[in-house]
Amino acid sequence: MHDESLDPLPQQPASPEVRIDKNDFVFSQGTLKKKLRLSEFLSEKIITGVAFLSITIIVLIFVFVFKETLPIFRSAADRKTQSTLSGLPEKYKGEASKTADNKQERYTGSEEPKQERYGLAADSAQTAGRTSEEVKEDDRLSGRSDRVVPFSPDRVTLKGLFGKVWMPVSDVPRYGMVPLIVGTIKITLIGILFAAPLAILAALFSAAFSPKWLKEIIKPAIEILAGFPSVVVGFFALMVMATFLQQVFGYSTRLNAFVGGIAMALAAIPIIFTITEDVMTAVPETYKEASLALGASKWQTAFFVTLPAATPGIFAAVLLGIGRIFGETMIALMATGNAALTSINPFESVRTLSATIGAEMAEVVFGDTHYNVLFLIGSLLFIFTFSINALAEFYVKGRLMRRFQGRIS
Amino acid sequence: MKEGKIKVKNITLYYGKKMALNSVSMDILSKQVTALIGPSGCGKSTFLRSLNRMNDLIPGVRITGEILIDDFNIYDKQVDVVNLRKKIGMVFQKSNPFAKSIFENVAYGPKINGIRDHKQLKEIVETSLKRAAIWDEVKDRLHDSALGLSGGQQQRLCIARTLAVNPEIILMDEPASALDPISTSKIEELIFHLKELYTIIIVTHNMQQAARVSDYTGFFYIGELIEFGKTKKIFTNPEKKQTEDYITGRFG
Repeated sequence: MHDESLDPLPQQPASPEVRIDKNDFVFSQGTLKKKLRLSEFLSEKIITGVAFLSITIIVLIFVFVFKETLPIFRSAADRKTQSTLSGLPEKYKGEASKTADNKQERYTGSEEPKQERYGLAADSAQTAGRTSEEVKEDDRLSGRSDRVVPFSPDRVTLKGLFGKVWMPVSDVPRYGMVPLIVGTIKITLIGILFAAPLAILAALFSAAFSPKWLKEIIKPAIEILAGFPSVVVGFFALMVMATFLQQVFGYSTRLNAFVGGIAMALAAIPIIFTITEDVMTAVPETYKEASLALGASKWQTAFFVTLPAATPGIFAAVLLGIGRIFGETMIALMATGNAALTSINPFESVRTLSATIGAEMAEVVFGDTHYNVLFLIGSLLFIFTFSINALAEFYVKGRLMRRFQGRIS
Repeated sequence: MKEGKIKVKNITLYYGKKMALNSVSMDILSKQVTALIGPSGCGKSTFLRSLNRMNDLIPGVRITGEILIDDFNIYDKQVDVVNLRKKIGMVFQKSNPFAKSIFENVAYGPKINGIRDHKQLKEIVETSLKRAAIWDEVKDRLHDSALGLSGGQQQRLCIARTLAVNPEIILMDEPASALDPISTSKIEELIFHLKELYTIIIVTHNMQQAARVSDYTGFFYIGELIEFGKTKKIFTNPEKKQTEDYITGRFG
């Protein structure tokens, strides 16, 4: 062993490129003076600006949505000034015959707004002046209406909002949101009951059992489904699944909560799968090794070690899946039948909160009670999804971190 | 000299194309502590993991040769790996209790072996914890999270967990390398007591530890078993020059 010099520096090979001028290291006013790094300064400010801009935009959206719901809770007198009565505009010629075809008439006691509103100008006050079929027929023949309908029925009370009838466009409009809430919960339950087990088991397979090459096929394949436009899923459900499921189960209403729920599950599975898979893969290898070394089989290790250790993450994934189903509009619009019924039978049509906005918002009178109620529904959706996501986020943060980084006691 | 409990015959192991063990043979005696020493990457952990076939989990591992335990080849095609691992416990370098309660950690092994009776489980847990010399420290908080224990306690809990499935052989992969001196001495003391009941094979970086706890020592270097014999002899009068160099700190 040769004796090394105490100072290792002189032995380092000195390459000409990295030769450092000794003067650079002198601590002096010159070398330590504050420098202005203009480009860094500017880019930092721009990034900050963009971040705050996006936050502001999001906040403004919420403020707008909530602001539009407020008039509901204002006094009726205030509201009266917002709506004025005017002559009914001319109507779509085929309307009368169209409404006659409406199958849901029996349930709602009114017509489907979608089918009814063709040709109505958006700024007309048709809601307040809405009349029965015969009157409308008269109107259509005479070309204009001089009927004056008292405004008072258009008031909405808190009790009215929790009524069981959603009939926003009838003579006496009723804005009972119970059928919509029940329908949404029904769809969400059905959807998540299908999606969660399928997605979790698929993730467990992918994370614990599948060979690597298979996992590399399965994971992207399911994740592609997440980027699938929901309108395509809805279309598929409407055209293919609805008929097929009706043939299999033999229920009478073709489009119902069951079909819609399964279609929703298709949309939620990729989300739940991806997150669950990631969480399971993140379960420390040492846990699995410990379990295997104790003589547990692969199956036992997956179910009694991997799955429990991943529980917080799976919980979060399921909550996100619920959020997705809850807010899903297009599939609800296309595959659920859109009848506002209050029943727990999964084989009856339902109308979800989001589908109601989707179907009615485009044709509602600006500033009308109906308009405000739709915004109230929007706020409800927002509050619910927000709390679900917040719950998922904090649950993950709290539980998962504590669990895996070992800061308990 | 007694006949070996574990007879290793010409084990050669490849990770893909890289040879990790080159024709290793040794006889490991029953109810003795055998230490495996050597510099990092010399194959001692690989060798340890091939004794309970944990290497099977790594893709691309090829292994030739025989390992006979009680004259039965564990690399025979008929062998059920799961049952094999029940008989050969393993303690890892990094303590790895499950994110469950202390009780559940120890009861996990018996539970997967089909023991459901709570009273019986309680007995097993108590015996195992006592054997692992941790009972007094945890008996009042059996249902607290195991992750709340200190590093040394966690490692002893892992040993207790291993004991709970009633193995004959215990493999320890640097069980004290991440622990403070006091915890280390506790583990060493524990090993000393456990060898009355179990055959122990321990991998260690710490030569003093090997000298203190083991009866036999094997020195590995670049995938080969350079020297194997009684610990006393290896540490006082090694036959090979490489062993002497390593033990005296010339390299490694």
